[in-house]
Amino acid sequence: MLPWLTALMLALLAYGLYGGLVLAPADYQQGDSFRIIYVHVPAAWMSMFIYMMMAVSGAIGLIWHIKLAEIVSICSAPIGASFTLLALITGSLWGKPMWGTWWVWDARLTSELILLFLYLGVIGLYNAIEDNRTASRAVAILALVGVVNIPIIHYSVEWWSSLHQGPTVTKFAKPSIHIDMLIPLLVMAVAFKVYYAIALLLRCRNELVQREQGARWLDEILEEK
Amino acid sequence: MTTRPLFEARQLACIRDDRVLFSGLDFQVQGGQVLLIEGPNGSGKTSLLRILTGLRNPDEGELVWCGTTVVELAALFYQDVAYVGHMNGMKDDLSVTENLKFTQALAIAALSIDEGLRKVGLDGYQDTPIRYLSAGQRRRLALARLLCTQKRLWILDEPFTSLDKASIKMFESYIEDHVAAGGITIMTSHHDTGLPAHIVQKIELRP
Amino acid sequence: MTTPSLLNAFLSVVRRDLILAYRHRAELINPLAFFVMVVTLFPLAVGADVELLRRIAPGVIWVAALLASLLSMDALFRSDFEDGSLELMVMTPHPLSVLVLAKVSAHWLLSGMPLILITPLLAAMFDIESDVIGILFITLFLGTPVLSLIGAIAVALTVGLRKGGVLLAILVLPLYVPVLIFASGAVDAAAAGLPVSGQLYMMSAMLFLAITLTPWPTAAALRMSLS
Repeated sequence: MLPWLTALMLALLAYGLYGGLVLAPADYQQGDSFRIIYVHVPAAWMSMFIYMMMAVSGAIGLIWHIKLAEIVSICSAPIGASFTLLALITGSLWGKPMWGTWWVWDARLTSELILLFLYLGVIGLYNAIEDNRTASRAVAILALVGVVNIPIIHYSVEWWSSLHQGPTVTKFAKPSIHIDMLIPLLVMAVAFKVYYAIALLLRCRNELVQREQGARWLDEILEEK
Repeated sequence: MTTRPLFEARQLACIRDDRVLFSGLDFQVQGGQVLLIEGPNGSGKTSLLRILTGLRNPDEGELVWCGTTVVELAALFYQDVAYVGHMNGMKDDLSVTENLKFTQALAIAALSIDEGLRKVGLDGYQDTPIRYLSAGQRRRLALARLLCTQKRLWILDEPFTSLDKASIKMFESYIEDHVAAGGITIMTSHHDTGLPAHIVQKIELRP
Repeated sequence: MTTPSLLNAFLSVVRRDLILAYRHRAELINPLAFFVMVVTLFPLAVGADVELLRRIAPGVIWVAALLASLLSMDALFRSDFEDGSLELMVMTPHPLSVLVLAKVSAHWLLSGMPLILITPLLAAMFDIESDVIGILFITLFLGTPVLSLIGAIAVALTVGLRKGGVLLAILVLPLYVPVLIFASGAVDAAAAGLPVSGQLYMMSAMLFLAITLTPWPTAAALRMSLS
């Protein structure tokens, strides 16, 4: 399955980037620098989506004691953290020409930064606990607490200040973004999702092999190869 | 017809750090019995006891108390369980009486504190902070907890550590009393116990 | 068969922790001293301009309170974990979440309360007007228990670890953000002569949410740390 997914991702990525960087018309206010949203926005979406995934699979692992769910949960964390970091970096790259500074204390950038801290906490906690199963449970509890908190944090930060331009895509009924710009954006979002699936599968495989060292089914598979 | 077992373990397994300590462990204990768990160091005795107390989840299998699984009983199970582990679970800065009072406040009292202390030979230490007690005295105090609360299942991890011969003998007689009243004691011990053989059931854990 | 009373258990836990703290009363000063010192550092760092100090004072006091509360959090379950009494507390017929709430309450009385009481003094040092001090007082009163309750989750997660200190801070601080924002927002609004009831309602809501919700994950995390 992996090669197929990789091919799919590359195709989507290529189309998305081409469509976004070449085909889409330049923004009448922002010129060409808006094109960074083709990386920034999907990365930001993914950062939140993956946190949700982490919490949901963590909850599944916690309640039904399913090992695979625990593994999915913890393997998601570093991927999510990277997307968050990517969103932050591209955000500040975009901010430089737009706002004239690398960093502005606006609501969504700050929320994203706090999200990164939450990811770092999850990763730190997992690495600090030696026993894998215990660590997974700890991470699941933390992720759930985080999920309950994210809306509160988001809302409070929103309230605290907003310099950022309003959301332009979530209003699906009448998007304030041109369709030629929108399609590559959505394609990029799907490409990022597929990338997440690939990275997740690879990481889970690794983790699973490490945890199940010495299990009989694993030896059998290895011998076949 | 056989009587229904009071406490039952079905197919217990414990995995620690990717190592299987034991698996497929079954036992049944009736009221009036002592279950002695034997085995060399590292064979999983303490892990087994912690599973029996519900502090640790078994990796496989289930525990049944009075016909209901421990998972379903949840907090109710602890109305019946008293545990003395490696650590005594006493606050150094509280006096002997304060410590026992706290234990009683979270359970159902049986003997009065003075009576309990007399039975473990600590009468006269009521107001002494724990930090001034010797290791053996602390252990006896931890065991006095069992006498001062009303619990049917005693789970004891090496209860006789740092006790002298006379204290061990004394305490074994209390275990006999407890069991004779229909209770259960599950314990590990390196010492040979002087408990009468007909009430003792043994389990051997092999590494 | 009589079940032991839950209220009785709650009160015994609180009483026990208060007695224990009283026996070590010298240590009670530490978070307080830390709080005052951090606040003192700011004028030294940004200069003694009265106008500037008055403007940043609520934020400074709140950040210092947050750090002081974080610092004292680590002790919440540590000694009980080390001497085994935490195990016994888990093994009672009472819901663990209620006992957790009792421990957090005692902890807040010992660490949060003194901070609140000394705040008017610090506020005077920053020349804050008296009605703003009132609002600052209320926000601390509503906010510091939330800090303790949220912190308890992270403490319970890290209590079994030898090097829990820095990790604890990383886990807890992002979760403290809303409290900080609303509290300092309320004080700022009060200083500007604006109504603050909105922020105060939000903080009350957070307090009640924290009281009802946080003991569950804390209890689950403690069980996990013990197994």
